[in-house]
Amino acid sequence: MSLMSEVGQKAFNLGVPIAVHLDVTYRCNERCVHCYLDHDDHGEMTTAEINGVLDQLAEAGVFFLTFSGGEVFMRRDFLELVEHARRLMFNVKIKTNAVMIHEAEARRIRELDVDTVQISVYSHHPEVHDAITKLPHSFERTTKAIRFLKEQGLRVTIANVLMTVNSADHAGVQKLAAELGVHYTLDPTITPMMDGDTSVLSLRIPGEELPDIFHNPALVGSQEEFCAPPKPPSEEDLEGYSCSAGHSFCYISPYGDVFPCVQFPLPTGNIRQQKFLDIWNLSPQMKEVRSIQAKDLTVCSSCSHVSSCSRCPGLAYMEGSMRGPSTADCEKSFYRTGVPTANMLRQGLAKPRGRSGNHAPLIQIQPIAVPA
Amino acid sequence: MPENPIYIARSSAIAARALAGEMMVMNSADSTFFTLNAVATAIFQAADGHTPLREIVRDRVCEQFDVDPEQAEADAEQFVAELSGHGILLVSNQPLASEKPR
Repeated sequence: MSLMSEVGQKAFNLGVPIAVHLDVTYRCNERCVHCYLDHDDHGEMTTAEINGVLDQLAEAGVFFLTFSGGEVFMRRDFLELVEHARRLMFNVKIKTNAVMIHEAEARRIRELDVDTVQISVYSHHPEVHDAITKLPHSFERTTKAIRFLKEQGLRVTIANVLMTVNSADHAGVQKLAAELGVHYTLDPTITPMMDGDTSVLSLRIPGEELPDIFHNPALVGSQEEFCAPPKPPSEEDLEGYSCSAGHSFCYISPYGDVFPCVQFPLPTGNIRQQKFLDIWNLSPQMKEVRSIQAKDLTVCSSCSHVSSCSRCPGLAYMEGSMRGPSTADCEKSFYRTGVPTANMLRQGLAKPRGRSGNHAPLIQIQPIAVPA
Repeated sequence: MPENPIYIARSSAIAARALAGEMMVMNSADSTFFTLNAVATAIFQAADGHTPLREIVRDRVCEQFDVDPEQAEADAEQFVAELSGHGILLVSNQPLASEKPR
């Protein structure tokens, strides 16, 4: 186990929120076709409020802080927030489309010793990228910004969300990342809109195309390891928990709402009304999320994939029960290994569901990190 | 024993947070990640740029941990040199301003 994993496990065991994802705004200068956010401002936190939240997070033991949105640079005070965060000695990661990053912003990010800047690039074809963002010349502006950031010596990651309209472009984007000298991450994730609208899910990659991704060594590394059939679960596996959501990680919205994860829309409290640590330690919802062990899962506890599945409790919650299966992860496990899940067998799905017969509410897959 | 006092200050390029009494430290320049034990954490936390290392060892280490002062100072100097090599601590024979993000 690496030192970083050891520390993560220690925080998990102690219930310390070692990592927080903070969206500072939902406003955005792009209108990506697959985006799940409402971009209107419904009363986002002020500079002073966010700085106060950062003070509380430092006090609570948060080390890894991700600033995201919306587009973070839509806030004129964004770099001021980063400066405050760095003064509090957080390890800071920024997620952005980078359209508003020029030389001066890149230099300031370097001066503030930000750890990583993650930037969305959808295609190596400018016209495809711009059609997805609906912002003319966004590809040109984004790639120019990546060069500014690289000139400053910053670590940059290209996040490549894959969907029907760009599914053939991942190799091109990976090549572009290599040319720019940045890391590449593939993310075949399409999430329902925050208001529950699932129309954007029509952009998801059909399940039958997922094996092309999961069995591509350039994307997943060792195929043998990544696609290995599941091992029978041990006692320890059944005593285990799903993920770090609510255990050592949480999400805070621009309005101060605290959730177990960015993909787990279970309200646990609002930081404008309560102290962060009171929400973290005392919220009944947080406690419930924390209590769920693999053996408690209604269907998954009897599934052969239970010890290796990436089952997301947030997606399961969106499907109806945080103790239930997450269909998207069932499909991921199935298409990765070829072994049907208990949930699929229960539903009488003996073979993979393809484009025509796929009634799953969504395809939701965790990002696959690919070395540069 | 050096004649000149040694002053130490934390670099502004790092991220740091205590977890159960031990300090996690990461250098943003190369993402090198360290955890410091309780003694090292005490020295790191006292690295304000103007308190001599010898004084830190005497007040923060020997007072709190049952260690021999000479051995503690030698160990502390080695620890400081190591963290300095990784850009975590700044070391000087003159008082330093503890760096804040610019």
